[in-house]
Amino acid sequence: MKTVIETKRLKREFRIGEVTVQALRGVDLRVEEGGFTAIMGSSGSGKSTLMNLLGCLDQPTSGEYYLDGKHVSAMTKDEYASVRNEKIGFVFQGFNLLSRTTAIENVELPLSYDRTGRIKEPRKAAIEALERVGLAERLDHVPSQLSGGQQQRVAIARALVNKPALVLADEPTGNLDTKTSIEVIQLFQQLNEDGITIVLVTHEHDIAQYAKRIVQMRDGLIVSDTQVKNRRNAANDLKEIETNKKEIRLAVENGVAESNSGQEIFLAKGAGK
Amino acid sequence: MNSLKRLMKTAFRSIYRNKMRSMLTALGIIIGVSSVIIMVAIGSGSGMKMQEQINSLGTNLIMISPGEAKTGGVSKGGGSLSRLTFEDVARIKKSTTLLSGISPVVRASEQVIGGAGNWSTSVYGVSTDYFTIKNRGLESGEFFTDRDVQASRKVAILGITVVENLFPDEPPLGKQIRIRNIPFTVIGVLKEKGEGGGMGNDQDDQIMIPSTTALYRLKGGQYIDMINASAVSIEEIDNAKTEIEEILRDSHRLNEGEENDFTIRTQAEITETASEMTETITLLLGSIAGVSLVVGGIGIMNIMLVSVTERTREIGIRMSVGARSRDVLAQFLTEAAVLSLAAGVTGILLSVAVSVSLNKFTSIRTSLSFEIILIAFLFSAAVGVFFGFYPARKAASLNPIEALRYE
Repeated sequence: MKTVIETKRLKREFRIGEVTVQALRGVDLRVEEGGFTAIMGSSGSGKSTLMNLLGCLDQPTSGEYYLDGKHVSAMTKDEYASVRNEKIGFVFQGFNLLSRTTAIENVELPLSYDRTGRIKEPRKAAIEALERVGLAERLDHVPSQLSGGQQQRVAIARALVNKPALVLADEPTGNLDTKTSIEVIQLFQQLNEDGITIVLVTHEHDIAQYAKRIVQMRDGLIVSDTQVKNRRNAANDLKEIETNKKEIRLAVENGVAESNSGQEIFLAKGAGK
Repeated sequence: MNSLKRLMKTAFRSIYRNKMRSMLTALGIIIGVSSVIIMVAIGSGSGMKMQEQINSLGTNLIMISPGEAKTGGVSKGGGSLSRLTFEDVARIKKSTTLLSGISPVVRASEQVIGGAGNWSTSVYGVSTDYFTIKNRGLESGEFFTDRDVQASRKVAILGITVVENLFPDEPPLGKQIRIRNIPFTVIGVLKEKGEGGGMGNDQDDQIMIPSTTALYRLKGGQYIDMINASAVSIEEIDNAKTEIEEILRDSHRLNEGEENDFTIRTQAEITETASEMTETITLLLGSIAGVSLVVGGIGIMNIMLVSVTERTREIGIRMSVGARSRDVLAQFLTEAAVLSLAAGVTGILLSVAVSVSLNKFTSIRTSLSFEIILIAFLFSAAVGVFFGFYPARKAASLNPIEALRYE
């Protein structure tokens, strides 16, 4: 199987005045094609720094990084931009869509910087990507007309449109409610089944359980690297939520509101109206 | 090509999104460009007007006045040492081949009485050649003759303005006017010529009488004020000037090394001086207006800087999906250039409209030249690129991580 990510003794230091902060202190990581890896850690553990390095947004102080077989850690700024354009798709916590710009134009954005000419029909590719995330009917909507979940789907479509070797998601569910989070995760699982390599950075343990593998970081080092046992399936969880809701709604309608959490009933009631 | 189209599209969209702001920014350039063009048009228009007025003074005119003209030194001033006489005129007339006409000029400011009342005007004592030299025609009546001049007859030809004031209701021909209590018979009325512009008096507020009459009966003495002559052709003006100079030096018995006690000025020289003057004025007006163009450019820079700060996140997003520094640079430069070019074109249209209506509805003459429009256009584009470069570079040098994090 092809190796998408391989890092060797990856280090990143930041100088803040007199003090040198070691954000990464030698990370060795391998991600195979088709992998679904969750990187976990508390804030300050270095997971965001690693994410920036893996995404070619930042250069390591030392160490080597091979992306899709290419040695990228010694590249120039412009080459970095090209790598981002050709090999990586980003999904951010804050969606980071261009405001007042339609969904389709947002998705097309990476293709406008394509210098290889490998995607012949940008508009068609953008429509396909939006269809893939289930937003075929929302092509001409601007972000302010879309819900948070839909915005994140547009962002995912944008990450897919350039057919990247790797999709990097940085807390993609951080701004979403539980149900929408699971919907977005379901989309990731689906994409992963189609063969797309995904690296997900999160601090939510629940979300990490949907990945195939969890990498734990602390103080700039990987402290554990485990395959997920009892991996959760987002599609099933969504179904469960639906049935629960239905049951609660029925219960409320029948006047036998018996639940261990009153708040839940209240929420469900609100949603049922 | 495709990428240029995309750049333009992005630039237009971003300008369109901030309509009000873009319009106000463009206004600076619009005012700058149009004021440069209008100022230069007014400058060269008035230059042309002045040129026409100089040409209307006469054909291939040569003016000889007494006294030396010192440039850079102390001038005694024309007329301070009057040494031109009828004899000088006669000598020149006798020995030259390059002149088509020559006339002495005896000038006096007089209160003239006649017909309806009295009128203060300039009286010119001239010979018959004067009318051809100065391109003067008659409205009615006839010119005086050489015989009238020889005999110092008391005949007068009036300008239109004089007629209007002295004989508003009746034909002046054959009527009497009195200059210093000397009666003159009006034998002709000059055709209207219009104001002599910067070159002196209203050419219609004049009375022409024979030169001898003016000198002997009005002014007294033996010296005349000026000699006007006209060369046979434009090419011969300079030769004629040299010739006259030699004759006069001989006539005045000036030794070698002695300075001329007279000054010869040709129309060409006056034209030159005048055009130098208008060029200076045009340059002055143009550069004052140019300052406003630069101020407009600073306005563009200011707005672009605000735009860069405001769109830091957008820049971060674009970089994260693969935009290189130079792509961001190109984007912001294009935006600044499009803005200032659009403003430049608007400014040109505005200035053309203004100068055409100035020509039509006011007495201000304007002359638009293609060169100045082109220069203003290119300059406005250059202003956009120059003042857009700093903000654009600032945008391009942003770090994608920090730009993405920017709130």
